Amino acid sequence: MHAWTALITIIILAVAGYVGGQLSATRVLIGTIVPYVAIGIFLVGIAWRVIAWARSPVPFRIPTTCGQQKSLPWIKRARFDSPFTPGETIVRMLLEVLLFRSLFRNTRAELRREGPRLLYEEEKWLWLGALVFHWSMLVVLLRHLRFFREPTPAIVLLLQRIDGFFQIGAPVVYWTGVTMLAALGYLLWRRLKIPQVRYVSLFTDYFALYLLMAIAGSGIWLRYFTKTDIVGVKQLTLGLMTFTPVVPTTVAPLFFMHLFLVSVLLAYFPFSKLVHMPGIFLSPTRNLPNNSRAVRHINPWNYPVKVHTYEEWEEEFRDKLIAAGLPLDKESGNHV
Amino acid sequence: MSEQVPKPEELVQIDYQPPAKPWMDVPVEFRRGTFCYAGAKKNVEYLGFPNPRDWQPMDEDWKLPPNWREIILEGMRDRLQKFRSFRLFMDICVRCGACADKCHFYLGSGDPKNMPVLRAELIRSIYRRYFTWTGRLFGRLAGARDLTEDVIKEWFYYFYQCTECRRCSVFCPYGIDTAEITMIGRELLNLVGCNINWALEPAANCFRTGNHLGIQPHGFKDSIEFAIDELEDLTGVRVEVPIAKKGAEVLFIMPSADYFASPHYYTLLGYLLLFHQIGLDYTVSPYASEGGNFGLFISHEMMKRLNDKIYREAKRLKVKWLLGGECGHMWRVLHQYMDTMNGPADFLEVPKSPITGTVFEHAKSTKMIHICEFTADLIRHGKIKLDPSRNDHWVVTYHDSCNTSRAMGLLEEPRYILRNVCRNFYEMPENTIREQTFCCGSGSGLGTDENLEARLRGGLPRANAVKYVRDRYGVNLLACICAIDKATLPTLLEYWCPGVEVAGVHELVGNALVVDGEKERTTDLRGQPLRRKEVTANA
Repeated sequence: MHAWTALITIIILAVAGYVGGQLSATRVLIGTIVPYVAIGIFLVGIAWRVIAWARSPVPFRIPTTCGQQKSLPWIKRARFDSPFTPGETIVRMLLEVLLFRSLFRNTRAELRREGPRLLYEEEKWLWLGALVFHWSMLVVLLRHLRFFREPTPAIVLLLQRIDGFFQIGAPVVYWTGVTMLAALGYLLWRRLKIPQVRYVSLFTDYFALYLLMAIAGSGIWLRYFTKTDIVGVKQLTLGLMTFTPVVPTTVAPLFFMHLFLVSVLLAYFPFSKLVHMPGIFLSPTRNLPNNSRAVRHINPWNYPVKVHTYEEWEEEFRDKLIAAGLPLDKESGNHV
Repeated sequence: MSEQVPKPEELVQIDYQPPAKPWMDVPVEFRRGTFCYAGAKKNVEYLGFPNPRDWQPMDEDWKLPPNWREIILEGMRDRLQKFRSFRLFMDICVRCGACADKCHFYLGSGDPKNMPVLRAELIRSIYRRYFTWTGRLFGRLAGARDLTEDVIKEWFYYFYQCTECRRCSVFCPYGIDTAEITMIGRELLNLVGCNINWALEPAANCFRTGNHLGIQPHGFKDSIEFAIDELEDLTGVRVEVPIAKKGAEVLFIMPSADYFASPHYYTLLGYLLLFHQIGLDYTVSPYASEGGNFGLFISHEMMKRLNDKIYREAKRLKVKWLLGGECGHMWRVLHQYMDTMNGPADFLEVPKSPITGTVFEHAKSTKMIHICEFTADLIRHGKIKLDPSRNDHWVVTYHDSCNTSRAMGLLEEPRYILRNVCRNFYEMPENTIREQTFCCGSGSGLGTDENLEARLRGGLPRANAVKYVRDRYGVNLLACICAIDKATLPTLLEYWCPGVEVAGVHELVGNALVVDGEKERTTDLRGQPLRRKEVTANA
């Protein structure tokens, strides 16, 4: 259900972008106002989201420990799965953010009814798919800097050289574009194929995938098949950057679709699950050291609670304490 | 065992195929054997919780207060502002499904709402509806739904079918911790008077008497004295256990089951022998006679109220530092909450072993160390003499309890001890131990009788791994350091893999420990005959 609704929504948006790119009035809209608004929503939205998270305190130090704690000096500890120092915690976070450490642990359980036996297999495809997608997208984004900077930064040129290393085709094929689309395809396929994942999937889960696929697909098409007027595109993007927007007429309508979908993505980002990108940095089960007994964690809203004090307890059980010959703090009770 | 429980062959017919209907349209069904009874009115009243009344989950009318919806939503708003974990975990899940088959309750039941992702969606859907504009605007399309009484019933069912074991959070790429979600979910339910008696009664007992079992001071003393007599019979050595002794160096805190339940009791015998042999200057307290904390399973506030007794008693008795016994969730509280809630413990000293001189720097703020840390250090320094052949009748495996592994990282200390006190030790498969350990299925206040079927289902993955080592290596003893494990795993193992008993690590220490002046031991601490020496010598 959600898969179809999301698909239809994306088709409508894509068609809107494409048609909009053909009419001069809407072309100006999509080429100037829409991107500005989208970036505005993106920046304000992300800031608002992160501030909202940051305003809620972390009352307790609750890292999930995934390895041996620091205790006795002769016991080998897991520095990065159960970090003790801030430095080790940073490494743990880097492993999470850059290499998806936790997802790498993934297994697949299977119940054999004879026995019965539960089997656990390594299951790295999700990790691989996710890693390939995110890294590819990062490289693709960095490559796009050439549209926004004149002259093109050296680092971008270097990335392009590496990405197009195999020198296949003309223009040279950048592998990350292909791998990004393929990884997204895999992520979509598994979402549809695995019954449990499909059962928990919401509209947004499909929508985000379709949107990214449409953006990657149109980008690839623009580069290799439409071969649109790249000088015109750069005029437009540089214009946006310098707040002197121009909308050249030589650019293919497909480009406006691409740009429009990117704008949709930016505006959608802060209100969707895509906020996991900034969110992971704040995750209290990952970004805190496992040093709870060595360094006291402060809860800003720690408040006094109703307790049963020793004096109350002794008073309540006075007779029994005396009968059992147990020591008392106050030899005679209040009521005597 | 209840006659309502199906046979293992029947129970294992688990269907993992989700229903055709979307989950929001599948109402919760309170089937006998899968849920816990409601908190008794007297306990709700005693603890001062809202909406005390007589009710049961099977009832049509749960007698919620008239403004229950406002209470829940206000409670959510409050907690979104107080817990970054809650707020963040409401927003960032991408529903990748990596957590799905990591949950023992899902593996054992096939119920999709036991997948951690969906358990969290039960509350996320309400969050979206009332706290995000996309949810308000697009409703179900944005994954939002209205808060109805059925939602409350569903929360009750599934938040009391989660043991807060945190296994899913090991695998989550964002570290989303279902224990946090469940803890908050239970707090919210508690605001409208929906809680379970198996958590409330121990908490009420503990608040009043000092321990979950409601044992009063004279009963506490009797138990300890009984253990002293028992030890004398078994070893010929009469140990001394100072109760509420002011000025002792160490206050020893253990879960109350250790002195009142079996097989925990043999662990207590192990502790007492050890302390006697090394001449530890320690004391135990009838006021702080509980290390465990069922408040953890009710609310953060209740946890703090119960935990208060520990530092309070340490201060009154003027001890130098604290030593804690074998208990899983107790150590979650001691390690991750106590110092923050009831500290700073500036009236105590950094724990230092009087026997080895080791200073436990990693506990320099909380001033409390785990008995396994303490004993491992003793063994390492050669301060105790051990005869592991006295455990030759056991073929041992070790079960990591959820909290000591995933909320503490205490993995090697107990293993080091076991390798020194017994000679037949085999690990279960690696996906089922250490940080990936499986819960017993009865933690977080769910270890009672009426929900036995749910427990057996939740315990399937753990028991199945035990069965593997039983069949392969002849394992006949599961060692662990958790009082809930000791209370509930015997039932579970008898059902899924008969022939494996459950013991505390310090029971095995007690068996192996050579005590000055002891008579020749012919039995273990359970009174079972030891395997004859010459047989083991030939082997």
